[in-house]
Amino acid sequence: MQTIDAMGVDAIIVRHASAGVPWQVASWVDASVINAGDGWHEHPTQALLDCYTIRERVSSLAGLRIAIVGDVKHSRVARSDVLAFTALGADVTLVAPPTLLPPSLAGWPVEVSHDVDDVLPKTDVVYLLRMQRERQTEALLPSLREYTARFGLTRERARLLADDALVMHPGPMNRGVEIAAEVADLPRSVITRQVANGVAVRMAVLFLLLGAGRR
Amino acid sequence: MKELVVKGGTVVDATGSRRADVLIRNGAVAGVGEGLDGERVLDASGCIVAPGLVDLHAHLRQPGREEAETVETAARAAALGGYTAVVAMPNTDPPIDSAAVVREVLDLGTGAACDVRVAGAITVGRRGDQLAPMAEMAAMGVRLFTDDGSGVQDARLMRRALEYASALGVTLAQHCEDEALAAGGHMHEGEWSSRLGIPGIPAAAEEVMVARDIALARLTGAPVHFLHLSTAGAVELVRLAKAAGVPVTAEAAPHHFTLTHAEVASYDPVFKVNPPLRTEADVAAVKAGLADGTLDAVATDHAPHPQEDKEEPFDQAPPGMLGLETALPLALTELDLPVERVVALLSWQPAHIAALDGEHGGPVVEGRPANLCVFDPAEAWVVEPERLASRSRNTPYAGRKLTGRVRHTILRGEPVVVDGEAQR
Ligand SMILES: [Zn+2]
Repeated sequence: MQTIDAMGVDAIIVRHASAGVPWQVASWVDASVINAGDGWHEHPTQALLDCYTIRERVSSLAGLRIAIVGDVKHSRVARSDVLAFTALGADVTLVAPPTLLPPSLAGWPVEVSHDVDDVLPKTDVVYLLRMQRERQTEALLPSLREYTARFGLTRERARLLADDALVMHPGPMNRGVEIAAEVADLPRSVITRQVANGVAVRMAVLFLLLGAGRR
Repeated sequence: MKELVVKGGTVVDATGSRRADVLIRNGAVAGVGEGLDGERVLDASGCIVAPGLVDLHAHLRQPGREEAETVETAARAAALGGYTAVVAMPNTDPPIDSAAVVREVLDLGTGAACDVRVAGAITVGRRGDQLAPMAEMAAMGVRLFTDDGSGVQDARLMRRALEYASALGVTLAQHCEDEALAAGGHMHEGEWSSRLGIPGIPAAAEEVMVARDIALARLTGAPVHFLHLSTAGAVELVRLAKAAGVPVTAEAAPHHFTLTHAEVASYDPVFKVNPPLRTEADVAAVKAGLADGTLDAVATDHAPHPQEDKEEPFDQAPPGMLGLETALPLALTELDLPVERVVALLSWQPAHIAALDGEHGGPVVEGRPANLCVFDPAEAWVVEPERLASRSRNTPYAGRKLTGRVRHTILRGEPVVVDGEAQR
C-alpha cells in the first residue's frame, strides 16, 4: 500500500472481502480511499446511487416508507442503505427471517418485521437483497424454496404494492428466488435505472475527489 | 551471595500489611522488620513489597514462533511486570504434549528472569481426540493441563481426562469455546459486530462450555480451572457452582475488565483477542467477579504476535494481545479494590491454582524463598510499545497512561529488575 501511495496516486478504490479494509488502508496512505464494498460492512456508492435513483422518481426521501427485504445480515448494501435512507428522512423497515438479520439492531433507526405481506401494502419502495445459495447450507434457511414462499416478491405479492411503489435490487438478481422474473420487468421496477445511475454516481464521486471538484 | 535489604516499603501478603524492611540472604527471606540493614540496599520507599506475581496464562511462543516471542524475552517482560513465575501455555509448535517438549521449555527457562513453569496439553497435538501422556508430564512437575487456544470439544473425552487427572493431583484448565457456535467469528457478537459487519462469537459459545464443565466437575469430582472468562453469564455460572461446592476456579484477563467491543470500531487487529472483547455489562460482571471471589485470579493471556501478522484485515489477523507488562497497573487502577486484594488476585491465589505456593506467593516471612515484587502504586507512566521488553508490540494500551509501576523484582534473592530496569 505504501508503494502504491508513493507512486503518487490521488485515489485508491478498495473492494475487499474483509470488513474494514478501506478503513485500514486510509490510515496507511495519503491518497483518497473510496470504499467500493468491504465484506458485510458497507457499500457507500451503492447507497448513493440508490438514493439518486429514488430521487429520479420522487422529489424527496423524507417520510418515504422503504422496506429492505432479505439477507440483511450479510449485506453491505443494506448497511449503507439504512444509513443513507434514514439520513435523508425515510422510514426504513427491515424484513427478513431472524436468521438473516444482524444479531443486534441496537442503535439502528429501523423497524423490523418478519411478515412481508403485512409490510408491502404500507411501502413506497421495496428494496430486495440478493439471496445467496449457501445460506441454506449454513442452517440459516430450510431451503431457498421456503424463502421464496415466505419472502420472495412473487407476482401475487407484487399486487399488494401501491400502484406507484418502486421495486429495487442491487443486482445481480436471482430471478425466481427473491424476485419473480415478471416483477423485475414491471415498469415500477427501477432496477435497470440503478445500474445506469451507478455509472454516473461513481463518476461524480471520482470527479469530486480527483477532478475539478477537488479544491 | 550478598545480603540484600529491601528498605522502606510496606509489606503486603496473605497475612496482612505492615511497614517493614525485608532482609534477604542465600535466596531466602532472612528477616522482616524495621531498621534492617544489609550490604546492598534496594529502596522501596513509597512502595508495596509483595510476594512475586504469578501468571497462570502466558503464551511464550517457544518452540516454534520465535519471531513473536522467546522464553527469554517473555520472562524479561514478566519480571518487569512484577512476575516471578509464569505458566507457559502448550500451544507451541510442536505443542507441549509430551515429556520431551516439557523438558525443552523448562530448559529454555533455566536462567530466565522469572521461573518458567509449563502447562501440558490435555490431548495429543491439542487435537481433542486422544489423551496426552499426562502422567509422564506430571512426573516432571506439570500441575496444569489445557488445550488452550481451543477447548476440548468432546464432552466424553473431557470427562475421561478429568477422571484420569484426578489420580495425578493435577488440574485441568479449559479454554471455554464451543467451536460450532463460535465458528467463523472474529469479535463479540452483538451491537458492534452487527454494525461493523464482522462475524461474531456469541457469549453463549463460552457459557455452554462453562456449564458443561461444571457438570463434568460435579460428575467426576475433579477440579476444573476456567481460563480467561469474559462474559457475565460465565461469571454467574461459576458463582453458582462455587456456592454449590463444585471444585472450580477461574481467572480473568486484564483486557476483559478494561476494554469493550467498541474498540473494534477502529478495525485495528490489535483489539482482536479470543475470547473477544465484550460489552460494558460483561466488563462490569468480570470486575464484580474478581471483587467477590467468584474469579480467583487475574491472568494475562499474554499473546505476542509480530507486527506483520497484525497488519492484516481484522478477520484474517490472529487473536491475542500482550499483557505481562501492563497487568498489575491495570488491576491496581481499574478494579477499585484495596491493594491487598489486587495482590491476592495476581500472586498467591494464582500460585495456589498452579500448585506453586511452596515457592511463590507465600507470606513474606523468615525462611521463605525470596521471590518478591516491589512496586510503586502511585507512579504514573505511559505505555510505549517500542519500549516493552516483549519481542512483539501488540499492546492495546499504546499511549495509555497507567498508574502503578514495578520498581524491583527479586527472584530467589537475586534482583532481576532494579529501578524498573531488567538485569537479565
Ligand atoms: Zn485461551
